[in-house]
Amino acid sequence: MTINQSGWKPAAPVQGPGDTGTITGNRALMLEEPLIFELDGADTTGVDLAPAPKVASRLGGLERSEAIGLPGLSEPETVRHYTRLSRQNYGIDLGLFPLGSCTMKHNPRLNEKMARLPGFADIHPLQPRETVAGALELINQLAFWLIDLTGMHGVAMSPKAGAHGELCGLLCIRAALEARGDAREVVLVPESAHGTNPATAAFCGYRVENIPATSAGRVDLEALKARLGPDVAAVMITNPNTCGLFEPEMKAISDAVHAAGGFVYCDGANFNAIVGKVRPGDLGVDAMHINLHKTFSTPHGGGGPGSGPVVLSEALSPFAPLPYTAKTADGVVHLVEEEQAEAFSQEHFGGAMQSFGRMTAFHGQMGMFTRALTYILSHGADGLKQVAEDAVLNANYVLRSLEDVLDAPFAHSGPCMHEALFSDKGFADGFSTLDLAKALIDEGFHPMTMYFPLVVHGAMLVEPTETESKAALDQFIAALRHVAERARAGDEALKSAPIYAPRRRLDETLAARKPVVAFRTPAPDANKVSGLNEAGGQ
Amino acid sequence: MRYLPLTDADRRQMLDVVGAGSIDELFRDVPEAARLFGPIQGLPMHAPEMAVERHLSALAAKNVPAGSVPFFLGCGAYKHHVPASVDHLIQRGEFLTAYTPYQPEIAQGTLQVLFEFQTQVARLTGCEVANASMYDGSTACWEAIGMARRITRRKRTLISSGLHPHYVAVCNTMARFTGDTLVTGTPELAAETDIEQLIGQIDGETSAVVVQYPDILGRIADLTPLAEAAHAKGALLIAVVTEPVALGLIKPPGEMGADIVVGEGQSIGVGLQFGGPYVGLFACREKHIRQMPGRLAGETIDAEGKRGFVLTLSTREQHIRREKATSNICTNSGLCALAFSIHLTLLGEKGLRQLAELNHARAVQVAERLAAIPGVNLVNDSFFNEFTIELPVEARPAVHRMVEQNVLGGVSLGRLYPGSAALANGLVVAVTEMVTDEDIDALEGALKEVVA
Repeated sequence: MTINQSGWKPAAPVQGPGDTGTITGNRALMLEEPLIFELDGADTTGVDLAPAPKVASRLGGLERSEAIGLPGLSEPETVRHYTRLSRQNYGIDLGLFPLGSCTMKHNPRLNEKMARLPGFADIHPLQPRETVAGALELINQLAFWLIDLTGMHGVAMSPKAGAHGELCGLLCIRAALEARGDAREVVLVPESAHGTNPATAAFCGYRVENIPATSAGRVDLEALKARLGPDVAAVMITNPNTCGLFEPEMKAISDAVHAAGGFVYCDGANFNAIVGKVRPGDLGVDAMHINLHKTFSTPHGGGGPGSGPVVLSEALSPFAPLPYTAKTADGVVHLVEEEQAEAFSQEHFGGAMQSFGRMTAFHGQMGMFTRALTYILSHGADGLKQVAEDAVLNANYVLRSLEDVLDAPFAHSGPCMHEALFSDKGFADGFSTLDLAKALIDEGFHPMTMYFPLVVHGAMLVEPTETESKAALDQFIAALRHVAERARAGDEALKSAPIYAPRRRLDETLAARKPVVAFRTPAPDANKVSGLNEAGGQ
Repeated sequence: MRYLPLTDADRRQMLDVVGAGSIDELFRDVPEAARLFGPIQGLPMHAPEMAVERHLSALAAKNVPAGSVPFFLGCGAYKHHVPASVDHLIQRGEFLTAYTPYQPEIAQGTLQVLFEFQTQVARLTGCEVANASMYDGSTACWEAIGMARRITRRKRTLISSGLHPHYVAVCNTMARFTGDTLVTGTPELAAETDIEQLIGQIDGETSAVVVQYPDILGRIADLTPLAEAAHAKGALLIAVVTEPVALGLIKPPGEMGADIVVGEGQSIGVGLQFGGPYVGLFACREKHIRQMPGRLAGETIDAEGKRGFVLTLSTREQHIRREKATSNICTNSGLCALAFSIHLTLLGEKGLRQLAELNHARAVQVAERLAAIPGVNLVNDSFFNEFTIELPVEARPAVHRMVEQNVLGGVSLGRLYPGSAALANGLVVAVTEMVTDEDIDALEGALKEVVA
């Protein structure tokens, strides 16, 4: 069987500014790389295995009859394929990655080393408890420190990412309301919230209503109070919010929600700004997820995995999902699953625990727990406080260094927290945030978060994080100033950016109109392939 | 502190630019009463690398790594060999420290990998399309049920008793809040699965039938009749695969008529890691693509006509659709998907087949050895690399007694189904290419002792 039936060939010579093109389509260190399906790997393997002993098959007569169509590559080819692809990516290791609300900070390599210790990396989730005591202790240690850092009462460790944590928090709220026989149907979400907030509320059966923001970029407390009532189960607040501002009325918001019988969910995506500076528990929050892949430096990996433990107030802690770990008075750390839940609750919590159930097959993102604990130990109480301070200082430095060329809609209301928000006001007609972002790519930076939050026109949300040096910030500020000036002046060349990236602007409309989400091996006779699989010819 | 580049001089200079006299001025929106001034209580102070390494190493030393003992645990997580180049490549900083590819011009590496991953998953499962990953198999399973509800506009789902009980638990948790009705059951220690029974239960209200393949006891059954029966009543068939290596050897669910195939991808490229992070697989028919949850990488062209990849069909997703999204998922398992994809590329069709044959053959050998022990009964007629034996004693204490002999001998059904007396003597044994002849001897010896 031949997999390479597509007739793939190197991209046709590409004319760049002032160059004559190359026969390979490569440009020195910028290397084109075909898909694995276009490399002739039908009979190749990069793994040597012992031959299987001869036995009578016990597959119930369900042996595969058709080929799967999976190409294989030898080890050197594999290493080269993925190394070449990696070079078409921007990462924090390459430079400043100022995605607002994403906290793209340095990922310490000690974290990686510790997560790979066989005692953590090579243990099975269903191993007998006596063989995983250290893992349970680690989870419990991290759990306690997350409680200390947030001033909360309990923590659910198993949620797999931020949105899964939101789900956990809302399920706790729902379970708590059901336990008191109180059916409420509505969750209030500010207009400026992350999309996951309304999506999560809907995912667990709530109706979502928006609450407006004030002209100062904060939740409109009066509008919120007016909407509260016996049908409101929860309010989801992001604090610091997605405009990069602290909600100074947070305690008043919480008090009002509690007085109306509801609960306060806090989106903890922006916890990096306040870790060690203020504890959400002191502001009346009932549940908050913590993105270990943001504040606690575990790598984003091109979109995951994350980890989203949820800290809980005293009122919600009894409903935390299973399995959970808990340390008892004798110092022993217990893993509590469905079968022990009732007895454990009776013995240690006076029967208060009423878990809403399981959210994931096993214990959550152990690999991320190891990294986060390593990070907390490295920074300590003193270092974490410095993290928040430097993150906030860096963001304010960016804000004040650029407010003369970029409109900063809320800068008048005071300092920002860990991220600086700008709008496209002042750009020449026909020039957009997108143009500026793509020009920033040519300058060697990953763009900021664009068009979010929705409450600001052409929003640009810049979060430098604390792991940038002043020199790196100064270079970034100079680059952003330069492209902002070009956008204000209406420099037409901006619209063709990026020029120097591995690809020019990509046609997203085409991708959505005729979705091609898997490689199709063309019919054998179609040697002159048309369409996208052979793009590159001019 | 080694992760913080700013010096005190930098900080002073920057405060001048900002126009603040002190850092605390920048936190002035935080009410004074809530502000913390000293270091956080309860945490230690910062520590050098070597001190942190010592602390973590001491914790790690309290665990028994799977690779250090004869090891036979499965039930949703499997100990396979991961080639060294996989872990090297996923630690390339450009993969490890990248974000979700929202700026495709500088994220073609991640996007092409995801496109390749999606194609590999689709082909392996016998489906037309697959997404860019979910958190894990259990959450992918619930997402499939939700997707079937959107497609069929029905809310009653039949769940095979052979579905991993933790997956069932995850689905029950969600269904309690969404108003879906799930019909569930407990498996029997028998060679036959519950497929016949499920066929009898499908009616005009049924949204989907969920069946695990191979199932929690390791049994393999032809899904074709179930798919036909479901389709005849307008219901969908959702197949769940927790051991994708099996698909190197046995028919893929898509070929037998499954409409959605979800799975746990951990066993290819991703280590055990005490349960996470893992990688959820999600594949389906192309006609249902707009109801899929999660991210999708799609092919397109750039302004010069060169092929490139972008995230596509985002109007399904939360950051565009908010409360009308198909799912709330945002961060997924990108890096684990990369590991899966690299491992599968190294294996290729040939290597995957060899690996699957080796797993099956070793499992058959072990099953025969264990079944020959007096009092031990092999439950399965069919299996891939995992099977269930019935012991003459309760399996759960037996597992702990085997630990005393340094053997991790399997997963007791008592652990998975604590209330069920009928299952208490069941032990699920998984056998992969990692198992040596000495390991098998050790398991046989330990088991003989505990059943004696």
